[in-house]
Amino acid sequence: MTVKGRVLFDSERCKACGICIAFCPNEVLALDESHINGQGYTPAYAQKPEACIGCKICAMMCPDMAIIVERA
Amino acid sequence: MKGNEALAEGAIRAGCRGFFGYPITPSSEIAEYMARELPKVGGVFLQGESEVASINMVYGAAATGKRVMTASSSPGISLKQEGLSYIAKAELPCLIVNISRGGPGLGAIQAGQSDYFQATKGGGHGDYHLIVLAPSSVQEMMDFTMESFELAEKYRIPVMVMADGTMGQMMEPIIMRETVEEIPVKPWALTGCKGREKNVIDTFHSSGEELEKYDQILARKHQVISDSEKRGEAYQTEDAEIVVVAFGLMARIVKKSVDLARKQGIKAGMFRPITLWPFPYEMLDEASHAAQQILSVELNQGQMVEDVKLAVNGRVPVSFYGRISVLPSPEEILQQIVAFVRKEKGSYANGI
Amino acid sequence: MQTVFERPKSLTDHPFHYCPGCSHGVVHRLVAECIDELGLRENTIGVYAVGCVVLGHRYFNMDCIGAAHGRAPATATGIKRMDPEKTVFTYQGDGDLAAIGMAEIVHASARGENITVVFVNNGIYGMTGGQIAPTTLLGEITTTSPYGRKASVEGYPIKVAELLAQNEGSAYIARTSVSSPAGVIQTKKAIKKAFQVQQKKLGFSLVEVLAACPTNWGRAPVEALKWLDENMAVYYPVGEIKVKEA
Repeated sequence: MTVKGRVLFDSERCKACGICIAFCPNEVLALDESHINGQGYTPAYAQKPEACIGCKICAMMCPDMAIIVERA
Repeated sequence: MKGNEALAEGAIRAGCRGFFGYPITPSSEIAEYMARELPKVGGVFLQGESEVASINMVYGAAATGKRVMTASSSPGISLKQEGLSYIAKAELPCLIVNISRGGPGLGAIQAGQSDYFQATKGGGHGDYHLIVLAPSSVQEMMDFTMESFELAEKYRIPVMVMADGTMGQMMEPIIMRETVEEIPVKPWALTGCKGREKNVIDTFHSSGEELEKYDQILARKHQVISDSEKRGEAYQTEDAEIVVVAFGLMARIVKKSVDLARKQGIKAGMFRPITLWPFPYEMLDEASHAAQQILSVELNQGQMVEDVKLAVNGRVPVSFYGRISVLPSPEEILQQIVAFVRKEKGSYANGI
Repeated sequence: MQTVFERPKSLTDHPFHYCPGCSHGVVHRLVAECIDELGLRENTIGVYAVGCVVLGHRYFNMDCIGAAHGRAPATATGIKRMDPEKTVFTYQGDGDLAAIGMAEIVHASARGENITVVFVNNGIYGMTGGQIAPTTLLGEITTTSPYGRKASVEGYPIKVAELLAQNEGSAYIARTSVSSPAGVIQTKKAIKKAFQVQQKKLGFSLVEVLAACPTNWGRAPVEALKWLDENMAVYYPVGEIKVKEA
């Protein structure tokens, strides 16, 4: 299966609001409970990166500009 | 020419190209003059929906680096204090004119000097000063207005011209001043960030340390102004045993009283602060070196008298005589002078 | 791989100070994207209000000025009148614009002041800690309406967009919401159109953006967006309310 899209997180900006996770159509994202960033949050990350289609909805909804999206 | 018109014409000649105001007696003629004349020179006149809006229009307009102003009268100046505090903190040059009337509340439309505290001690919230100039002739209404823009830009500070309502209405012949052709370019102005870093004009600090740092910079600026811009006029003070202190229109009346007193053999003199802030403390101290009595005459219940006392620091007794929105005659003030002299020195009582 | 989503040039790199899930970040970005796409960054002057946006100069990467509470439209008027070729926008919240600044916004609109207003309506005072705003919905509990907003006590929430649309000077008035991807796209379109209206010198333009304040609403970020859709957007219907053609 070819990778359609890729999400890159600037984890230090993330405030773990979960909005990107809620709006991702393919359930790619999750909060990384094993990691706490400099602001004290458990940042979002791509749990299932292979499912990303590069739709950029996550980045569009992110209030903190913590996500950069690439598309093949 | 009328005082208010001389002031407005002076502003235009100084290169003022923006006026934002709201009608109020006795300052409205300035707005009317600007509404008529500013468009002829490509300037902007806008009557705001309130004094509050007008001063905030001045805040934005001054941020563009152009010469701009507003004019109002006492109750209107109260409404402008919020905006003035922002303008002072943002260090934006502009001119604020107060054609002052009397009393707290709506007061009376007649001449008053009861905004002295408000004008000289900041006026709005926070630590700041305006440079305050007090003209006492129609010529000075024009001249001080023109100078205000220079001072405002030199120090990046709002300047106030404060004259009472009678000064605004008074008519006198004047010498027209040359139009200022070159207005300095302001590197700090909001002109769009093409080819440079962005400019920010802001008055908020998120930490006490930062605020303290910037307010100390403001304080140092105030000190420099205080050291270099104090102005006053001394009249017949060289040998004066009684010095009468008055500003604005009152100074003209007092000058006549001094002349009348001299005719009666009383060694009277007058001192007039021209800059109400910074107050010319040292000049007054010097002008009253021979005095045994100082009398502060004001159109209020005793405001400038506090600065007069600071100037002589207890060296000479200071008294106060005030009227409220009723101009005293030279003879009325002469009576005050005579009364003091009788009390102080019996010898003068002879023949008076 | 090609980058399809990145930071606009009209925003600085400074991380936002806003609470988790706060819509301000999204609206900031949309404004910046519109300014970028219209090529206006170097010709624009931003006027940000008092409220949560009080640190706006940290984020907007262009000449800008912090206005006094409610007075941004007056300050923007001063700038625009002195320099009509500049693009001037205000960024204001609902406490700022619809309470203390109601006179300034109504008159800027009535004058047809050729400025663009981005009005973020989250129905509450954010910065001061969640007090009732003129836009707070009936029944809502805030720190100064602890028993819920009652029409008999605090009156009714103000529909700013409809109110201003009545003014002849208003050239473009729209209401959008950033509660969904579709809403975000609509919001960007509306803001862009508002700037274009200004470029064409058609008059006053305003976009009221319905936004979430999860912290002061006491609702988790995702739940807040849902609540916004089901409540705010019902009382405050989205859409273009006034479009004056050239």
